[in-house]
Amino acid sequence: MSAEVSLRHAFPGFVLEAQFRMDEGVTALFGPSGAGKTSVAHAIAGLLKPREGRIVIAGRTILDTGAGISIPAHARRIGYVFQDARLFPHMSVENNLRFGWRRAEEPAAVEHFSHIVELLGLAHLLSRKPAKLSGGEKGRVALGRALLASPGLLLLDEPLAALDAARKSEILPYLERLRDEARVPMLYVSHSLDEVTRLADFVVVMREGRIAASGPVFDLMSDLEFARASGVEAHGAVLEANIKEHRADGLSALAFAGGDLIVSRIAKPPGTRLRVRIRAEDIMLALEEPRAISANNVIPATIAAIRETAAHADVQLAAGDAKLVARITPASLKRLALAPGMQLFAIVKSVTVDRNTQGE
Amino acid sequence: MLTPDEAGALLLSLRVSLVAIACALPFALAAAVWLSHARFPGKTLIEGAFTLPLVLPPVVMGYLLLLAFGTRGPLGAWLLAHLGLRFAFDWKGAALASAIITFPFQFRAIRLALEAMDGGLAEAAETLGARAADRFMNLTLPLALPGIVAGAITAFAASLGEFGAIITFVSNIPGETRTLPLAIFNALQTPGGEAEAARLSALSIALALIGVALAALAQRRITRLIGR
Repeated sequence: MSAEVSLRHAFPGFVLEAQFRMDEGVTALFGPSGAGKTSVAHAIAGLLKPREGRIVIAGRTILDTGAGISIPAHARRIGYVFQDARLFPHMSVENNLRFGWRRAEEPAAVEHFSHIVELLGLAHLLSRKPAKLSGGEKGRVALGRALLASPGLLLLDEPLAALDAARKSEILPYLERLRDEARVPMLYVSHSLDEVTRLADFVVVMREGRIAASGPVFDLMSDLEFARASGVEAHGAVLEANIKEHRADGLSALAFAGGDLIVSRIAKPPGTRLRVRIRAEDIMLALEEPRAISANNVIPATIAAIRETAAHADVQLAAGDAKLVARITPASLKRLALAPGMQLFAIVKSVTVDRNTQGE
Repeated sequence: MLTPDEAGALLLSLRVSLVAIACALPFALAAAVWLSHARFPGKTLIEGAFTLPLVLPPVVMGYLLLLAFGTRGPLGAWLLAHLGLRFAFDWKGAALASAIITFPFQFRAIRLALEAMDGGLAEAAETLGARAADRFMNLTLPLALPGIVAGAITAFAASLGEFGAIITFVSNIPGETRTLPLAIFNALQTPGGEAEAARLSALSIALALIGVALAALAQRRITRLIGR
């Protein structure tokens, strides 16, 4: 499955001009508020008619203004999870869930219904009215309702933005499970880099109505040019890793393209694929291999690129086939006389393990 | 307690009002739905026209009805010739007058209910595969129900009190067009009729109170039922 989106629309005082491709998995549409992300989602869903545009999803043209094609929203089969959930207040949770299911062209099997209910932990909520749900529960019901309409594409428009931190961490695991199990391509609209690096496989960055940059999340987050072009602070590396072994000292060893990472024990069998993030602030640089330090991970690396601003210097490191980013001060950069090609050691202070770490 | 004539006036009032409200409801709903969607120049004017019966003197309304629906009026003559439908000096005429006079009560209540509805819900329903008619039946109508019911009950209570338009349009015929207010008026015109007028007035007050209380109760009940 792949999708092509190409849009042009003029709002009063604002021009939207976006063109991007989506492949399987989660594509994040990322950018500050007012960048036009929701307008893109609305145009894909059919809630906004762009002046010019072409949208093809899995070979089906749902919009082509040049050819006079515009399939109405109710026939597009595009699931939309709104930021404010938009549950129907006069219907029980169950009837909300069944709303799209009943109206699907080929309604999914009953087992699918119970599967989604179980996947999202909704079984005990089915008879309740939306007014009696918490924010996080509403979000999960909205997610289930959209999924059960058997969409060819799922749009998630800032589904976590209205929630507090506790509710966010309640829903994120469900989103990760969906990504890994539901096999529906998703467009995840967000202004939170944290959510994007945690969920997305591919990132499209929007600024002021235009696409500023795009690429796979593993490449972009450690790409200094991306940081410059997109205006997004170099965040740090997002890496794929496998659990190599559980060591006798209670720690787990992960293998990634640049070597091994030692992290706290992960309750998953060896071989499990994980996503790990290493923030740029969490890497220190040393010219000689440090001894007798508390950090578990010291990774030999080569400097690939340096980008200096007044406030800090970002150093891109190549460790094997992996790219890391370290953020240091301009003073340190000068003192160590760092330059591309130099070999050094990256001391990793902390590793965030994301993917598939739930249900421990 | 009530004389046969008085009981007859009460029953006639109830019948006239019931028919009036039931017949006006679809029009009020259609007008409210139309205006909540449509955007055109002069919309405020149309909106005002729909509430005009509320401010127009009922006698004027009755006179206009007489001109249009009298047996020699353009509409009245046509309806009589083609459908055998007679409004002049008939209880159906009283119902027509009440329907038009109380139309704004229904129209405004439904309009407010629709206005209060979150437009985002319709968008959500659309992305879930619901067409316009489907959205109307399963979303708009149930969510507007409190407004519809409250409007109908208020209009019914107001209709029981209609006097000017009825007496102007269809006169004051015992057993045919003499509703409660007309019976009260008649009693006052008759020497020694004060006691009857007082009895009927008390009855009218009681009916109005019950109507208004019922409207509030129904609105609260249904609102809770739909989980708002």
